[in-house]
Amino acid sequence: MRWFLRRLAFYVFAVWLALTLTFLLPRLMPGNPVGGLLQHLSPSQIQANPGIIATYEKLLGGNHESIPTAYWQYLGHVVHLNFGISTSNYPAKVSEVVGRTLPYSIALVGIAFVLAFVLGTAVGTVAAWRRGGGFDTFFVPLFLTLGAFPAYFTALLIVYFVGLKLGWFPFQHAYSTDVTPGLHWNFISSAIQHGILPALVIVLAYAGGWVLNMRTVMINTIGEDYVTMAQAKGLKDRRVMLRYAARNAILPPLNGFAPQFATAVGGVIFVELVFSYPGAGFTLQQAALGNDYPLTQALLLVFAICPIVAMFLTDLANLVLDPRVRTA
Amino acid sequence: MIAAVPVETERRAARTGPLVELRGLTVEYGIGEGAVRAVDGVDLAIAPGEILGLAGESGSGKSTIANAMLQILRPPARIAGGQILFENEDLTTKSREELRKFRWRNVSMVFQSAMNSLNPVMRVGDQFVDMMRAHERISKRDSLKQAEGLLDLVGIDPRRIRSYPHELSGGMRQRVIIAMALALEPELVIMDEPTTALDVVVQREIVQQIRTLQRKLGFAVLFITHDLSLLLEVANRVAIMYAGEIVEEATSEEIHRAPRHPYTIGLMQSFPPLRGPVVRMSGIAGSPPDLAATPSGCRFHPRCPHCLPGDAALYARQTTERPRLREVAPGHRVACHLVERDG
Repeated sequence: MRWFLRRLAFYVFAVWLALTLTFLLPRLMPGNPVGGLLQHLSPSQIQANPGIIATYEKLLGGNHESIPTAYWQYLGHVVHLNFGISTSNYPAKVSEVVGRTLPYSIALVGIAFVLAFVLGTAVGTVAAWRRGGGFDTFFVPLFLTLGAFPAYFTALLIVYFVGLKLGWFPFQHAYSTDVTPGLHWNFISSAIQHGILPALVIVLAYAGGWVLNMRTVMINTIGEDYVTMAQAKGLKDRRVMLRYAARNAILPPLNGFAPQFATAVGGVIFVELVFSYPGAGFTLQQAALGNDYPLTQALLLVFAICPIVAMFLTDLANLVLDPRVRTA
Repeated sequence: MIAAVPVETERRAARTGPLVELRGLTVEYGIGEGAVRAVDGVDLAIAPGEILGLAGESGSGKSTIANAMLQILRPPARIAGGQILFENEDLTTKSREELRKFRWRNVSMVFQSAMNSLNPVMRVGDQFVDMMRAHERISKRDSLKQAEGLLDLVGIDPRRIRSYPHELSGGMRQRVIIAMALALEPELVIMDEPTTALDVVVQREIVQQIRTLQRKLGFAVLFITHDLSLLLEVANRVAIMYAGEIVEEATSEEIHRAPRHPYTIGLMQSFPPLRGPVVRMSGIAGSPPDLAATPSGCRFHPRCPHCLPGDAALYARQTTERPRLREVAPGHRVACHLVERDG
């Protein structure tokens, strides 16, 4: 319990740090949001509306307050999920845009990442258990080779061959244009079909790391005395492998899940770009190119908080899976 | 299950012939040129209900014999020759599934590392349950009840069944493992240095407990240790190993009273007697041989105080010819050229 409280304090600190950095970064960058919005207008339009700059500043919050006041206001806005108005989707609110795109990313990336972890650790487990066997010598190099390519490169190959040449799965957008989003089968099946290729890319790119990680830990665990004793107890081979060896070996890779997730966000943005997948990564790129400060800021905040959430979930998993953590 | 014990003991006593017999057991690490022989042609028999002690320095092959008997050797170790007979059936020819059923049901084992032999993420009770259910059709509830009885037998609060290993002390963990080892009433329990990882006081308690339980339940024990003085107290018979071979074998009294092999004598002088006057310890000069390049002739000859070039004929035999185990008195076997010459 004390361990958990300590972790909780750490998360509060981490979230605060993420908030502060996303507040400071745009203010340290050249340019300003009003300028971005004015770019869309021709000089004659601006001249025709003399009050427009003042209006925009009112709308977006200009740079007139002192930094501490602005920071304080910002924190208040964040609490109310009020991130202002997206200039590139004017007049939609930032929270609306994020709410529209983030679920796709969470579903796609979340599921694909968990799949990569499950597949990678499963392959690593069997490879270590039959070390030097056929499975080990074939699948481990295969996954490592696939994992050695950057995600966007694999994405391009798959778009070209599986999407364009073979035409097995759609390779653009999150669902067909002829269905409306909603909780009905037409939309869900379309969304799944559109998600298969990007998910495949993420799984192929990240499973290799888990294979190697799990295999290494598993080989060490197999050398532990409790595994030998489990075998001596006359347990079935499968049970020794799963309940004694893999069950213990999974703990270190599990703790590596959140950090891996954090570093992978960048790669995922490219995957969304290649597949024109309207997720948060794709939107972030659009927002950054369009000088949409409010949206960029909100999305950066989301990307900073995602790994923290992943870490929190990892801790909960640890709490469930490792009795030694519970008493610490 | 504990109630059926007297009958069980009688049945065991009635059986004639050895319970386990090793014939020329050879275990090698690796294959071909670089192979290392950890156990080299060992003959050894364990009678039903007896405590056989196996002593020797680290790396002499004691634990390898134990692991070979349960067929849980890890590659690159493998049985390169010989037979392991359990009730006259050769274990080296059994199928995987036959071996799985044999393990723990007929021969169980208490491991050296009390701290590491239990799965850290499973409750103690569940580690009993999966073992029992791997061998018999029994409900989870019934196996937990039996586990409670077994914990009680080794002097541990039955409520500990819900504990995780890290919540128990080293001594308690080793008792839990002893309780587990007795659960299926095996004919033989191998104790591979069961007390090495524990402090001296706990060591004594555990050894006492093993003896009490053994008398009560009548199983045979293969007790492996490098502590010869402890072994002489516990075991009925003792076999001494050196560099993968058995060099002497006799009853504990005989070894204590009249050890014949120079190595045994050296071992005896390496441990202070538990009672009696203070004596000077001499130990054994040199260190155990590298098993990848064992000495020619008698493997002990480079360290043997009796291997001197003075007696040319004897010296030649000692350095070139491997001594065979020979009976020097009823039940007392020694492999030594010196003993052979002197009779």
